[in-house]
Amino acid sequence: MRMNYYLQVLTVLGINIILAVSLNLISGYTGQLSLGHATFMGIGAYTATLLTLKLHVPFLLSLIFGAAVAALFGFIIGVPTLRLKGDYLAIATLGFGEIMKNILLNMKITGGPMGLRGIPKVTNIYIVAVAVVIVIFSLNRIMISRVGKSFIAIREDELAAEAMGINTTNYKILAFVIGAFYAGIAGGLYAFLFRYINPNNFGFMKSIEILCMVVLGGMGNTAGAILGAALLTVLPEFLRSVSPVISQYRMVFYGLLLVIMMIVRPQGLLSGTSFYPRYPRRLSVEKSAGKGGQ
Amino acid sequence: MFFQQFFAQVMNGLTLGSTYALIALGYTMVYGILELINFAHSEIYMTGAFVGLIMVTVYKLPFAAALLAGMAGSCILGVIIEKVAYRPLRKATRIAPLISAIGVSIFLQNAALLIFGPQARAFPANFNSVSLNFGLVQISSLQLLILVISVLLMVTLHFLIHKTKIGQAMRATAQDKETAQLMGIKIDRVISFTFAIGSALGGAAGVLVGVYFNSADPMMGFFPGLKGFVAAVLGGIGNIPGAMIGGLILGMAEVFGAVYMSQYKDAIAFAVLILILLFKPTGLMGQRIQEKV
Repeated sequence: MRMNYYLQVLTVLGINIILAVSLNLISGYTGQLSLGHATFMGIGAYTATLLTLKLHVPFLLSLIFGAAVAALFGFIIGVPTLRLKGDYLAIATLGFGEIMKNILLNMKITGGPMGLRGIPKVTNIYIVAVAVVIVIFSLNRIMISRVGKSFIAIREDELAAEAMGINTTNYKILAFVIGAFYAGIAGGLYAFLFRYINPNNFGFMKSIEILCMVVLGGMGNTAGAILGAALLTVLPEFLRSVSPVISQYRMVFYGLLLVIMMIVRPQGLLSGTSFYPRYPRRLSVEKSAGKGGQ
Repeated sequence: MFFQQFFAQVMNGLTLGSTYALIALGYTMVYGILELINFAHSEIYMTGAFVGLIMVTVYKLPFAAALLAGMAGSCILGVIIEKVAYRPLRKATRIAPLISAIGVSIFLQNAALLIFGPQARAFPANFNSVSLNFGLVQISSLQLLILVISVLLMVTLHFLIHKTKIGQAMRATAQDKETAQLMGIKIDRVISFTFAIGSALGGAAGVLVGVYFNSADPMMGFFPGLKGFVAAVLGGIGNIPGAMIGGLILGMAEVFGAVYMSQYKDAIAFAVLILILLFKPTGLMGQRIQEKV
């Protein structure tokens, strides 16, 4: 019984890692603050679920299709909003999230506020583990490529990046689309784990939770995002299990801890100076050093 | 008949809009000075409503006293939040105070849930609301009261910012913190004062909305908070007349939109926001910021 509980927490952790890492691509590496990441997760979850429930599409196919639809929405939302900057972009993404939630709440096919139930349980720790490895590996490949360097250049200085010939709008949209794709995968995994979804699972609070993981771990650091996801997944569970008294005050402590952690370490746990993920940084330093010597 | 209904909706829109404007002012003032989205503002609003509620139900005080108490409670809370959660982070990255604000918001919301329980409570106004008839326009005295109080507060704020010394200091700090400091302005005090005023307005909105809908609950701040913020962005964040206009536009859009598609009431606000941002990326009255290399 206890073992099952631990496995469940670990599975949820895996899903949260995918979410945190994908938001980190948008907000951490590319520097575009998004307050609506859970929206993409929700689109992935609903698409995958509906495909399986109504059309009996096999799990893997509906998972990927859900992610693709989420990516498509990333594109649709990204094209108009990414012209906005900073806080305005954040608010526009928040607005789209709320609109999408409202649509999900009012559509017949999504079951409205009742949500969708009777989803088969497919997701388990192994599937999530494989997904996490694929996501992190592919993300690292992206980040050491030309595309990843462009993302970081945009975050560091958008004007300078543009002057260097980077089409900043296209790359920002690309970051959004890739992040949305991964979030869609996480959403599909989530639906097939809990076997029940409703629009409130993917609301503003979930977006904030994902953002907190990224910031807590350290923006623009994949290892940090993983650590942040681990902390914010395990911590509430831990607070729940310590004692019934604390369990009652769980969310109060959660809020308090966010404030304290920010005051003690505002740059996040793993971060500050390291702008690149570990492995690409070493690579890029060596490369430029080599070129300098020639 | 059509006109009567039309004007009734206009009055509803104005009433709702003026409360959004009051909330928006709190966001916009803080943003103007600190460039921080104060996510805890929705809980400051909720606290104002509950302090007012306690005054009305427990101490049986009249409405005016409840309003003042609500404003005072929110004011104190806002100043404390700034001191504890934002001031240590003033030199950190922009995102750190944002997360801190979210933490404060979660903390206050859940503390209120523990203290008051999740169920909504009735918020009696302690006076009889009558329907006033001005020919075509019909308005309840409660609506009129809310409108008058909101306008009065906004006029006072306008006077405070443009005609007093501390108002001048606030404008200077918003424009350039370092230079303001060099001119001998104690910016810590100015920031505290800004939080105090903004929060008091939020608290007033909390009490007014509580009385208007005759209910208060710990989660009541969430949507009005978001919409107040939307109103602030709509008008051009950091711009005080912009926040007032943004609030009114939002209230109107919501009331008239709800006539045609009531189930999408909460989405309307955001749709309006995105439309306006697309055509005027810094809001209606926001200034174009020159990009510098």
